Amino acid sequence: MTTIPHVPMRALDTLWFQVAGTLCNIECTHCFISSSPTNRSHGMLSLADVEARLREARELGVREYYFTGGEPFMNREMIPILAATLKQGPATVLTNGMLLRKSICRELRELIDASEYSLDLRVSLDGFDRESHDAIRGAGVWERAMIGLRNLAEVEINPVITVTEAADGIRSDEGRARFLDLIRSFGFTKPRLKVLPLFRIGAEEKRTRAYADWERIDIMNESDAEVLQCSSCRMVTSKGVYVCPILIETPEARMGSTLAETLRPFPLRYGACHTCWVEGVSCRT
Amino acid sequence: MQVTTIALIGGIYSNYHALLATLADIDRRGADCAFFLGDLGAFGPHPNRVPELLIERGIAGIQGNYEESLSSGATDCNCGYTDPRDNHYAQISYDYTAENTSDVYKRWMGTLPRAMRLEANGRRILLSHGSPRKINEFLWRSTSPDPFLRRMCDEYEADVIVCTHSGLHWHKRLEDGRHVINAGVIGRPANDGGTNVWYTMLTVGDDIRVEFLPIEYDHGALASEMRAERLPEEFIETIETGWWTTCLEVLPAKERAAGRF
Repeated sequence: MTTIPHVPMRALDTLWFQVAGTLCNIECTHCFISSSPTNRSHGMLSLADVEARLREARELGVREYYFTGGEPFMNREMIPILAATLKQGPATVLTNGMLLRKSICRELRELIDASEYSLDLRVSLDGFDRESHDAIRGAGVWERAMIGLRNLAEVEINPVITVTEAADGIRSDEGRARFLDLIRSFGFTKPRLKVLPLFRIGAEEKRTRAYADWERIDIMNESDAEVLQCSSCRMVTSKGVYVCPILIETPEARMGSTLAETLRPFPLRYGACHTCWVEGVSCRT
Repeated sequence: MQVTTIALIGGIYSNYHALLATLADIDRRGADCAFFLGDLGAFGPHPNRVPELLIERGIAGIQGNYEESLSSGATDCNCGYTDPRDNHYAQISYDYTAENTSDVYKRWMGTLPRAMRLEANGRRILLSHGSPRKINEFLWRSTSPDPFLRRMCDEYEADVIVCTHSGLHWHKRLEDGRHVINAGVIGRPANDGGTNVWYTMLTVGDDIRVEFLPIEYDHGALASEMRAERLPEEFIETIETGWWTTCLEVLPAKERAAGRF
């Protein structure tokens, strides 16, 4: 029998919010939680929900906050939620860029100027052009993401462009250079790019394949486990607090209702854990 | 009440010209003591000169990730970057420094402590490189909120935590009167368009005062030597203009927006 390695909870540095639940305005073929316009597996978080966890996070000394979905800007309270968060620490929002209208961008600019902490927007792209991007994200998505990026550029918010390995050649120098050129074409003189691997769960499991049985972590020292983000993060959804942003559709990954209840080791028995381990993944910016 | 003045020298990055100017300034101000905070090498030329000077002047201090890597024969600096471009330039720096640092200094680096605790007027001061918990952690002002710093002061039982590593100086006084200070670096300018570098003077009396002191030095001489050593033109540009050109991707949004690149 194989022993399942456990990741210790080193310190709660990073707190994630599944702020739009699994609701999204698009349906990407690689989404590891199959977010879509109809997926209500996890619900929206209200400002009050977020504030309750922020209070707890302040006591625990959390360093930074991340917001994802679904599409966070589908949450009508997103701006007040960010305003509350930025009083307490730095924040990052993961978005597909499609709802970044001029008025929202102006509000984001005001939040940035008013806070002593950093606010980062992470905009997801899956191709250098309409054809490759829309093949993953759906027809018309490229066009709207481009408008969102132009609106950000107009208020001088320099986003981090996040690209998954579904994008052709992104791990090569040439592929990176093409993306950096694309980012510069909006007038961003300091292009920022982050590449993420794919998780073979959710929609991605159908697009390519599921994890094989051998794709599990077998041996690990506790000190090695400290590089895993789950040693320093937790994820808040409408259903409770989960170990990490990836495993929210794994019922056993729900660790409690409050942050304090989840500050304990977690067994790394899932295929996605293997991806984080071998790829050295961090969902942080 | 006794008043103690403590000079804190952040990353030196082989910039011995700046170190000489800093030491002269510390002498002129008559500080009670001075400490270095690690990362003696990297970026600049002739990496033996900094350890030589520090040993000669009897200045004590702690290991940075550079000293840890050089003394253990590691193949990279363990700077903590994640972006390929950042890592590319970090490797050029490290390979040059490793090749040009004498074994005797590498061994000396291995004897340096990872942290130092001082006490002045009943205040517990902890010197660290990246952070008390991790030698290569980057503590930036815009991503180090007060609750997080308070937790660190609690865990490490300190009233004043001092760090460097990130290259940008800042100071926060927490509500409970404790302090966290990033002492900045004297190895390269602070990405603000000025060619000067910064060190820190900590004055502990009834209260705690933190001053960031600008140091002008012969940056033209440094740039010439870097060129002669065939170090990357991008590094030299930083010395000559005061704007960072490399190892930038690690900057949070606010700090990145403040620089030219």
